[in-house]
Amino acid sequence: MTETAQHPSLFREAITASLPVMFGYVPLGMAFGILFSTLEYPWYYATLMGVIVFAGAAQYLSVGLLSAGAGLSEVFVATLLLNSRHMFYGLTMLTRYPRRGWLRWYLIFGITDETYALLSTQPQREPAYYGWVTGLNQFWWVSGCTLGALLAQVIAFDSRGMEFALVALFLVLLYEQLVSIRDPWVPLAGTGAMLVALWLVPQQHVLLLAIFLAVMALWGEQWWRAPKAI
Amino acid sequence: MAGTEGYLMAVMAVMLVATFATRALPFLFLRRLAEHPGFLAFGRRLPAAILTILVIYSLAGTDLQVPPYGLPELLAGAVTLVVHAWRRNALLSIVAGTGLFMLLQQSGWLAHLPGAA
Repeated sequence: MTETAQHPSLFREAITASLPVMFGYVPLGMAFGILFSTLEYPWYYATLMGVIVFAGAAQYLSVGLLSAGAGLSEVFVATLLLNSRHMFYGLTMLTRYPRRGWLRWYLIFGITDETYALLSTQPQREPAYYGWVTGLNQFWWVSGCTLGALLAQVIAFDSRGMEFALVALFLVLLYEQLVSIRDPWVPLAGTGAMLVALWLVPQQHVLLLAIFLAVMALWGEQWWRAPKAI
Repeated sequence: MAGTEGYLMAVMAVMLVATFATRALPFLFLRRLAEHPGFLAFGRRLPAAILTILVIYSLAGTDLQVPPYGLPELLAGAVTLVVHAWRRNALLSIVAGTGLFMLLQQSGWLAHLPGAA
């Protein structure tokens, strides 16, 4: 089989695989686009964020951070830790992604929950297949963000209360995490960290301090359980 | 507008770096840190703690001493979790909870509870 004969069927396979992701990413992206429009920036910034960040939960969080005028270090730490689960996805894809070339870096850039879920459950595939799936997934996401932002411009949509989508997203993600780790002390530690932070510092620094405290608590707990290992 | 466009661009750049850093970590630092059992255990539990913080943080503006006393948030949050426990569909759960919250906010039903100043 020649290279050109393989390409059309690889692309078709990739489209088929990414269709279920489309059904999730387009509506979720649209919800982000609409939420983003409440910040009153031009609509194309929603598109831009979808292109250069490509991270659903982080983008939702950024709407809250932007409206509060959060500092850049706060944005950095919050995004880093919110996306920390992505660190583990790379462990699986490490041996499957190409070792060199520009595609390797695009594939790494595009590791999202859904892309990972899709690709990690299949055996080793061609780099081009990975490229198409990642690219298509991003295309659905960016389309959703754009459509949502445009829709919000065109339709007089009473979006009061829409910011609750952020809370709902975090609740859903938290639920899934708790199902996975089955440890009630972790959310308790998080709650404790937040309460202490709220008590100690003004609102604009609360997030950073709470995250710092939670990290210290969890890391300290690891050290306490197995001090020799660390 | 929430801030200047320069601020927005700076925020996006920072998010790009942070997001890419988390995704690239295993590819850059390979075995050493990534296979450290303590780090793995810590990392597996960190997201739940962060998400708990974020749930509380995103609700932080709610005034519990004034009608509707945070009830819309409580009800909408409960609906989100119940729907998610039922279907495990993120989109459905988010739409259900957010929809209820928007309904409660825009209709003002719970705003007339006793205790208004």
